[in-house]
Amino acid sequence: MELECKHVWNYISEFLDDSLSEETRAMVQRHLDHCEICSAILDSTRNILVLTADDRVFELPVGYSERLHARLDAELRTEQSGESHGPETKSEIKD
Amino acid sequence: MTDAAHKDREQALIAAIVAGETQLYHDLIRPHEKVVYMVVLSYVKNSADAEDIAQEAFLQGFRSLASFRGEAKFSSWVITIALNLARRKLRKAATFREVSIDDPGEDDNPPVAPAMLRDWREIPSEAVERNEVRALLREAIAKLPEIYRTVFVLREMEQSSGEETAAALGITHALVKVRLHRARMMLQKELAPTLRAATAPPKRRWLPWN
Ligand SMILES: [Zn+2]
Repeated sequence: MELECKHVWNYISEFLDDSLSEETRAMVQRHLDHCEICSAILDSTRNILVLTADDRVFELPVGYSERLHARLDAELRTEQSGESHGPETKSEIKD
Repeated sequence: MTDAAHKDREQALIAAIVAGETQLYHDLIRPHEKVVYMVVLSYVKNSADAEDIAQEAFLQGFRSLASFRGEAKFSSWVITIALNLARRKLRKAATFREVSIDDPGEDDNPPVAPAMLRDWREIPSEAVERNEVRALLREAIAKLPEIYRTVFVLREMEQSSGEETAAALGITHALVKVRLHRARMMLQKELAPTLRAATAPPKRRWLPWN
């Protein structure tokens, strides 16, 4: 069976994740072998995913970690002096 | 470390914290600080709010750690807490437009048509060091509709599994796959032309004048 381009596009994610059945994967691969447009779509998608997942794209605010641990320290201190809930206390976590 | 070994270590750490070695909570959360912030930021789009909510989620996680049963990973569990806090915050914000974050409506839309190109010249990772390229990537992700953005952040940027993502968001694994595919296609459509233009080799600048 020959796939049309627009059908190949539906499989791009699973092709990249290697989660297609062997049969479908072979069918997509046959199409890619002769279709430069779909090959370029696949290559660009793969490339873009590598770039977007790069740690350098989004940075944490300066001092984020320090502020988080300082606030946690404050919580641990009040918890130790018995004023607040410790981990033994079940508090609501869901809506 | 294998997943199982990792989980064992996490379980031991949690047991020690619940037993009273509360200082160890610092170590428990350290590997997850960024993912929690990123996921919250994908909802609230404001770094100050995202930081507040992330802090609050880690504190709530501490207070209710005894109720953590270990079926999920600790990170998925804290992310769930953080997302609930983020949703509450958005519901309170008068300016928030009324769309449900879990609205499945968009999932029934026709497939996203990708940007068509005849070839693709690989853009190396070093390109991310350029401000202009980083801005393009950030803007494209920010433009994704919420339901896709959150799935994308968890699956693609934080490398959570499909199951973990489904658990953290309270949706099915099948829906995670559908949304991830749409998010990827939307990004390809948006970014393939702009990234290509931004990273095209300069044609004239390098020619010696004569
Ligand atoms: Zn094709």
